[in-house]
Amino acid sequence: MSSIENLKSFDPFADTGDDDTQPTNYIHIRIQQRNGRKTLTTVQGLPDEYDLKKITKVLKKDFACNGNIVKDEELGQVIQLQGDQRLKVMEFLTSQLALQKKNIKIHGF
Amino acid sequence: MADVDEPKVVEDLGLDLSLKKKKKKSKTPDAESTPEPTVDDDEDMLAGLKKKKKKSKDASAKADGVDEVTDAFDDLKLKKKKKKKATVIDDFDAQLEKAGVLDDDNKENSPEAAEIPGETTSIKYEDLLHRFFNILRENNPELAGGSGSKLKVPPPVCQREGNKKTLFANVQEIAAVLQRNPEHIIQYLFAELGTSGSIDGQKRLIMRGRFQPKHIENVLRRYIAEYVTCETCKSMNTELKRESANRLHFIVCKACGSTKSVSSIKTGFQAHVGRRKK
Repeated sequence: MSSIENLKSFDPFADTGDDDTQPTNYIHIRIQQRNGRKTLTTVQGLPDEYDLKKITKVLKKDFACNGNIVKDEELGQVIQLQGDQRLKVMEFLTSQLALQKKNIKIHGF
Repeated sequence: MADVDEPKVVEDLGLDLSLKKKKKKSKTPDAESTPEPTVDDDEDMLAGLKKKKKKSKDASAKADGVDEVTDAFDDLKLKKKKKKKATVIDDFDAQLEKAGVLDDDNKENSPEAAEIPGETTSIKYEDLLHRFFNILRENNPELAGGSGSKLKVPPPVCQREGNKKTLFANVQEIAAVLQRNPEHIIQYLFAELGTSGSIDGQKRLIMRGRFQPKHIENVLRRYIAEYVTCETCKSMNTELKRESANRLHFIVCKACGSTKSVSSIKTGFQAHVGRRKK
């Protein structure tokens, strides 16, 4: 049977390998306004395999800002940083932690 | 500020169907203006050479130029002016060449007009194209890439309400243009900006926090990208429908009829800002 070339064509229903249907856990980087022109950056949804405490420490040192980890009942642990650090956090996550850019969402204005 | 931003919004948000048209429009006058003065030369040459091909024509054109050079030299016989004249004539040569190239293009588009030496007054391709588009535009403008389908979203109008609140005056207007429920847009705005707010008596939105029009414009742009434009045809003529069976939101495109499910708006983590509770 397999001698017929046409029947040996590829299976159109086979997985192509590059499916985007896997559940993507987005990392949300948000900004919130505080009093005056002060702002707060929150990083939500970092994967569990990372040590948030260490990340926060590095972020604080790199960006020269304060920050802390807040535990939320539904959303898990969230990093809070003072000031608008959205782009810097994005840069850090992509370059240092090798996270994909498409999984990171930056919110706010 | 708002005035400066307006065209950008329109350009980005609207479909760039008009680009095509602009190109054509800008092209036709160029093409018409440049070949016309050279047509006479061309005809003369045709009369002289008739069936000789492009390259020989160019050469003859150059030869003409050279003749003129010599003529000029004979007339002037001034050594200092020679150089200037020469450069001018070089320019002229370049122009002639250009004209020749353009003519070649013309001929490629309408070979018949060039082939038949008797019918020198035949209609040019550009004219025909122009005519075609004019008629098309008159009869059915949609096919000609009409700019009527372009959506114009007005720029957000923001005022400060007191010290800590922002008044977003034309939410209703923008919602009407985008064919969305204002509630939905407001929900998105609140989620993205991480604030809360209310609607006042004149249906304007009051948000907590200070926001500039450009901030809101950015957010609106993302809203449009996510909840308004059709993924398939990039049209903004869409509708947001909520399927009661599976509680999902769908964008239904009115232009191409495709549907796409969109995620509901999630507020996400809200840090506690302000005075601490005991």
